[in-house]
Amino acid sequence: MNEKIIIVGGGLAGLAAAMKASETGARVQIFSIVPVKRSHSVCAQGGINGAVNTKGEGDSPWEHFDDSIYGGDFLANQPPVKAMCDAAPGIIYMMDRMGVPFNRTPEGLLDFRRFGGTKHHRTAFAGATTGQQLLYALDEQVRRYEAEGRVEKFEHWEFLSAIIDDEGVCRGITAQDLRTGEIQSFAADAVIMATGGPGIIFGKSTNSVINTGTAASALYQQGAYYANGEFIQVHPTAIPGDDKLRLMSESARGEGGRVWTYDKDGKPWYFLEEMYPAYGNLVPRDIATRAIFKVCVDDKLGVGGENVVFLDLSHKDPHELDVKLGGIIEIYEKFMGEDPRKVPMKIFPAVHYSMGGLWVDYNQMTNIPGLFAAGECEYQYHGANRLGANSLLSAIYGGLVTGPKALEYVRGLKKSSDDINSTVFEAAQKEQADKYDAMFKMNGTENPYQIHKELGEWMTDNVTVVRYNDKLQKTDEKIQELMARYQNLNMVDTLRNNNQAAPFTRQLWNMLELARVITLGALNRNESRGAHYKPEFPDRDDENFLKTTKAKWSPNGPVLEYEDVDTSLIKPRPRRYDVAKEGGGSK
Amino acid sequence: MSEQKTIRLVVTRQDGPNENPYREEFVVPYRKNMNVISAFMEIQRNPVNAEGKKTTPINWESNCLEEVCGACSMIINGRPRQSCTALIDNLEQPIRIEPMNTFPVLRDLIIDRGRMFDALKKVKAWIPIDGSHDLGPGPRQSEEEQQWRYELSKCMTCGVCMEACPNVSGKSSFVGPFAVGQVALMNSHPTGSMRAQERMEALISDGGLQECGNSQNCVRACPKGIPLTKAIATMNRAATKHMFKKWLDF
Ligand SMILES: Cc1cc2nc3c(=O)[nH]c(=O)nc-3n(C[C@H](O)[C@H](O)[C@H](O)COP(=O)(O)OP(=O)(O)OC[C@H]3O[C@@H](n4cnc5c(N)ncnc54)[C@H](O)[C@@H]3O)c2cc1C
Ligand code: FES
Repeated sequence: MNEKIIIVGGGLAGLAAAMKASETGARVQIFSIVPVKRSHSVCAQGGINGAVNTKGEGDSPWEHFDDSIYGGDFLANQPPVKAMCDAAPGIIYMMDRMGVPFNRTPEGLLDFRRFGGTKHHRTAFAGATTGQQLLYALDEQVRRYEAEGRVEKFEHWEFLSAIIDDEGVCRGITAQDLRTGEIQSFAADAVIMATGGPGIIFGKSTNSVINTGTAASALYQQGAYYANGEFIQVHPTAIPGDDKLRLMSESARGEGGRVWTYDKDGKPWYFLEEMYPAYGNLVPRDIATRAIFKVCVDDKLGVGGENVVFLDLSHKDPHELDVKLGGIIEIYEKFMGEDPRKVPMKIFPAVHYSMGGLWVDYNQMTNIPGLFAAGECEYQYHGANRLGANSLLSAIYGGLVTGPKALEYVRGLKKSSDDINSTVFEAAQKEQADKYDAMFKMNGTENPYQIHKELGEWMTDNVTVVRYNDKLQKTDEKIQELMARYQNLNMVDTLRNNNQAAPFTRQLWNMLELARVITLGALNRNESRGAHYKPEFPDRDDENFLKTTKAKWSPNGPVLEYEDVDTSLIKPRPRRYDVAKEGGGSK
Repeated sequence: MSEQKTIRLVVTRQDGPNENPYREEFVVPYRKNMNVISAFMEIQRNPVNAEGKKTTPINWESNCLEEVCGACSMIINGRPRQSCTALIDNLEQPIRIEPMNTFPVLRDLIIDRGRMFDALKKVKAWIPIDGSHDLGPGPRQSEEEQQWRYELSKCMTCGVCMEACPNVSGKSSFVGPFAVGQVALMNSHPTGSMRAQERMEALISDGGLQECGNSQNCVRACPKGIPLTKAIATMNRAATKHMFKKWLDF
């Protein structure tokens, strides 16, 4: 047997897939722009969900499932979400066995805290750097397999395209060594994409700088469906910065943090607690974000007249804060120079996560046979709004199931990638190399980083918290203008060795393509659901829009199709957070 | 109107692995809350040096921008550190920026830290679990054990301790302080400790623990405040025991 699987991306999803696939016997190659240990997953702070129910609260995987579907405003296909919630306790135990230093109870058991959109202590955590700790544990396991020769890593390599044969089947990838600039093709029997989210399309966000969505966009342009692109999560609490909007995790509120500002009479106003008495500060993110937005932008009641409100931990025991939230306390101190143990933090919403992504079936396969996707780059688990701490879970779970699913697919193949004519691989390599060479001849007047900045400002202003059709329309026109200006770019760096500008220029095009998918998806969805909110259409419209958006690339822009959502397990009901959720824990 | 405030940076650049380094100066408009990386980003949008000449944008590594990925290490005003937490307001100007040249310099501020990842393989820095299938919960651990392991586990392989350590250089084979910390981390886990002796063997082989000269630079330089000297002391004691036991078994 010589089954070869390529995994693109070494965040939680990619490493989980690599570990499983190599345990199942495949030969695995991992490609990643950064050393996998530096993947964006390290940024995750708050924790990972699993209904382990160690607090005697009667929590269960079904309750977790119901919270997730309800929190996602019923847009997620239900069976995969249920499978994920069922697997969650086992995943936390597995990560524990790998040595993740999860916080403990006095009895030495795993400790759990509360997160948004639930009434249960369901979130396991390692201080406030849970993503880093989970990623390191998987990185260590994969390094062990690498040392045994079962896994091969290509770090500082960028995925460029899938290699698709005459029958439309994925047979490998093209990729570029970012150090030398060399472009090569690599054969594989199956390819798993685990390339993370596209936050950088919005310029500044809570995401890491490589999260441009470039790989998913390249595949969309090769014929893969991109689903629910318009569902972008804006996190309520981040610290505004010049280069990045740094997250202050929901765990701050999970551990008792309160959000407030001064009311018209200058008195402290805990507006989330007042508006949503049942969940208070722990309403889901879309709800909290819109409330903060309203208070600052509509009511002009931001602190000091600026677009910020307080996130307050100063009433908590400082030692407990260090043990449970040390990571974020340090970030605030380092970047803002103030001590959140003593003074309330100043925060504002920021683009954070994409619920949308590559369309996949229940086996995590895209519409291109042999091409799979897992983690934030696919759309499957979060519907119209992701609950906090569900994404580390979906990334790991997605990886764990995709590795074996890809191998199952390979074992059913009639011919292996070895049987494919070498001209297929040569042509793919040449196409990418020619494109790259052409970029070095760009001698116009535009600067790619400037175009990116403009894209980010337009997207943030018009395609985030509150969306209006006329503004969405104008944004799409602006993106097309930027696409026209792209043709007049200047290649600011012409050395081939470790050139960062040329790959960025290539990614910029992919960002522009995906920005249209996000914008037009939003324009076309005339309702409000989860993170997608239009004052002109304030209600959820199940009759017309209880549907997955699927965007297909065409030379004239995205073509949108709609697919019914599988609601076979929980009947859609109105979503409210001012009163306790009905239903749920009955099963 | 007051004159626009500016920032001055002097960056040590290098076009390729075998090229000579040179300095280039930049003047960038000042904004509130800037760090070294946002100054670099400004240069990307307008790649012009202090003499007003067109130049190439600076090449550097970064990812998270919140000091948790380890990518953005460089020497700033003489001190190895992360550049994402290097706030302009706290730095004396002109800000001098150089690559951490204990490692091979590939271009500008980009360095090759491959030896650190190789070291992690050498010391077997992983918990040898039977497999990733469902085997129930892991071993119980006290809050105290967890807190010690968590401190060690924050290591982001950034290389700052390597740059600061007088005993690590392009020529020496010392695995470096961070690797000792990782062995301490793995050996303190109930399952990890079952292979403690193997890791110890790796740690006392060539380029191992004995190369540490106890300068204590590492613990002062570590951006994450990892108790590296404490880890080294713990490992030294364990190494002595290990040698003694080996000698007895002999
Ligand atoms: C600040 C922050 C805090 C968060 N906190 C939480 C939390 O507490 N709980 C929670 O559940 N979720 C949290 N999230 C969300 C969660 O961290 C991410 O959704 C998740 O880590 C994504 O994992 P991933 O494996 O899909 O992708 P990533 O970790 O982003 O990995 C992507 C990988 O793909 C590689 N890659 C990308 N493009 C290419 C290409 N073209 N070629 C080659 N390689 C490529 C990258 O190098 C990287 O290895 C948080 C997110 C942020 C931004
Ligand atoms: S960019 Fe990640 S540590 Fe600075």
